[in-house]
Amino acid sequence: MSLSATTAPPPAAPPPPDVASRRRRRYFLNRLDIKYSPYLYIAPFFLIFGAFGLYPMLRTAWMSLHDWDMVGEHTFIGFDNYTELISDDYFWNALINTFGIFALSTIPQLLMALFLANLLNQTLLRAKTFFRLAIFVPNVVSVAAVAIVFGMLFQRDFGLFNWLLNLVGVDQIDWRAQEWSSWTAIATMVNWRWTGYNTLILLAGMQAIPKDLYEAAAIDGASPWRQFWQITLPMLKPTFIFVVILSTIGGMQLFTEPLLFANGSIIGGNQREYQTLAMYMYEKGIYNLSTAGYGAAVAWAIFMIIVFVSLINFVLVRRAAK
Amino acid sequence: MNLTTRRTRMAAAALAAITAIGGLAACGNDDTPAEGEKPDKLVVDTFGEMGYDELVKQYEQQTGIKVELRKTAQLGEYRPKLVRYLATGKGAADVTALEEGILNEFKANPRNWADLAPLVSSEISDDYLPWKWELGKAPDGRLIGLPTDVGSLAVCYRKDLFAAAGLPTERDQVSALWPEWNGFHQAGQKYKQATGKAFVDSITAVSNGVLFQQGADLFYDKENNIIADSSPAVKAAWETATSMADISAKASTWSPEWSGGFKQGTFAATFCPSWMLGIVADNSGEENKGKWDVAAVPGGGGNWGGSWLAVPEQSKYPEEAAKLAQFLTNATSQVEAFKAKGPLPTNLEALKNEAFLSYTNEYFSNAPTGKIFGESVAQIEPIHLGPKHQAVKENAFEPAMRAFENGQASKDEAWKQFTTDATTQGAF
Repeated sequence: MSLSATTAPPPAAPPPPDVASRRRRRYFLNRLDIKYSPYLYIAPFFLIFGAFGLYPMLRTAWMSLHDWDMVGEHTFIGFDNYTELISDDYFWNALINTFGIFALSTIPQLLMALFLANLLNQTLLRAKTFFRLAIFVPNVVSVAAVAIVFGMLFQRDFGLFNWLLNLVGVDQIDWRAQEWSSWTAIATMVNWRWTGYNTLILLAGMQAIPKDLYEAAAIDGASPWRQFWQITLPMLKPTFIFVVILSTIGGMQLFTEPLLFANGSIIGGNQREYQTLAMYMYEKGIYNLSTAGYGAAVAWAIFMIIVFVSLINFVLVRRAAK
Repeated sequence: MNLTTRRTRMAAAALAAITAIGGLAACGNDDTPAEGEKPDKLVVDTFGEMGYDELVKQYEQQTGIKVELRKTAQLGEYRPKLVRYLATGKGAADVTALEEGILNEFKANPRNWADLAPLVSSEISDDYLPWKWELGKAPDGRLIGLPTDVGSLAVCYRKDLFAAAGLPTERDQVSALWPEWNGFHQAGQKYKQATGKAFVDSITAVSNGVLFQQGADLFYDKENNIIADSSPAVKAAWETATSMADISAKASTWSPEWSGGFKQGTFAATFCPSWMLGIVADNSGEENKGKWDVAAVPGGGGNWGGSWLAVPEQSKYPEEAAKLAQFLTNATSQVEAFKAKGPLPTNLEALKNEAFLSYTNEYFSNAPTGKIFGESVAQIEPIHLGPKHQAVKENAFEPAMRAFENGQASKDEAWKQFTTDATTQGAF
């Protein structure tokens, strides 16, 4: 390594300093500093990501090419796990459930967040900081606590929601027994937790829109509704797409809420009504010990799906920017 | 310190970090102790409440070896930890409790466990219920577990609710209502006619009772082939349980509906292994003390639950660990554990012990639980549970049954669902 010369300790009796060489050396160090320091500053992230992100991913990929028993033998089988996955009904069932819950949670959630952000963005609103803080509180509560409490609210026999339904004369619903009702219950937990979070991101986006646009529109006689529709929304598009991508990643990885809703049963309902992809991955990869390789294949399938959906979003961003 | 040294250091540190994380290759036991060396400390892993707190203190005094007792509340949390220890070859205790439902899948890789046969006294093999002793052996014939407790089975019932429906409330009279499952069903229908309420918590609880008293192969045959769709025992449990959908509260065991149902009186009877009594008492609360009682289970004895103590191959002191396991499962210790926390002895001498037989449970109207469970132990039929028994039961058999119970599937559809799922869940 040629750099070792610079790191070696200075000799015991240094020769009289040669000004030119010292200057050269300082110049050289400056060059180094400018060229390489940035890498040093971003290194921590990449090192941590390499150890806790990239390495496990590659190892999972390696596992997915094996018939891998968690506490026993490993046999290389190539892409057999993936071909099996294509014809696995329960995998497709989990995929549909995941997308179903995702749709039920993301769409109302983002509309709600947009509405709330616009409210918080009003200049006339008092106690702004209080509301902005308050709206974020649900996100601070632990997922498990949220899931357990909502699981109780959605109970069949003594749940609050069924009690309310009884008051208005509707028969009690067995929330865990059909797809529509279980998806709704799980989507409710997700919405409760993430609406405030997305509201704040959208609000930040709204704050960045130049005020003079609104002033000009107001002078031209545009109503607040029209201002929202024709200034806020188009200008907010990039932020909105960002929020959609975040929600997608979260939605595809949904695990804790449905698992606790199922009372800890990894198959999510008597007929897998609400088993998500992440739950299926856990069932195959960790719960069933002997099919860890197959679980790894499910994990990679989830990764591919997220990449695919994010790519679609990315294309939309590019379009929006144009 | 100039920039380049700093960078070299950074790189070195990063490299060290990566090797530390990436280099988690199993190192094995590179520091094997010398033959016959005494350990300073032995570690014991248990789940639930096995009643070992006092016993390990006694052992410390007797031998001078420190014992660390690591308790995990629920089997559901315990199993993944154990899987991690075995998969990474690190961290397992010297003595590990294995529940009957998970024992089988760990037996599938018997090399993870030490063979206890040469390590314990040879004469103890006749000290326990013979079938229980046999189940502690791996498919290759090595002894990997010493018997701790059995679940045994009884019926817990609410005297006040029985009285309101005009049913008898005396222990022996209640037991006489249902010598067979048919009688249980009839009592349930009578109760339902009188009160309009459900009688039993769920049909899966019924199926558990029937399943475990068959004394025949359940989901697997002796060669560990899945026989879910052709097993007479499974079919019997299926038919008996599904016929009782009319008297069921549809509150499956451990669900919130079930836990809440005890206080609400949603159901008047449930099936109780010995270790379940404490759970029934907790769920029913102090206000229902003395309202519950214990009667015999229909169709003779049965068993639900119970454990073994095993020594993982990774233990550095297999001999000492085996001695500790032998101590914890001897007659005196098992009676102590029962008095402390209620796990039912499997040691024949403990089952004859006076202190055990005369024990009464205050919460359950002073029912002589020692006598009731002690007698039902004798009737337990040995069952061969296959490697993935628990997964087949929990993720194929019971969900299909609940789907029928909830009206989500017809009986035939539900049976088809079960047999399909049994194949994937049972593969190992």
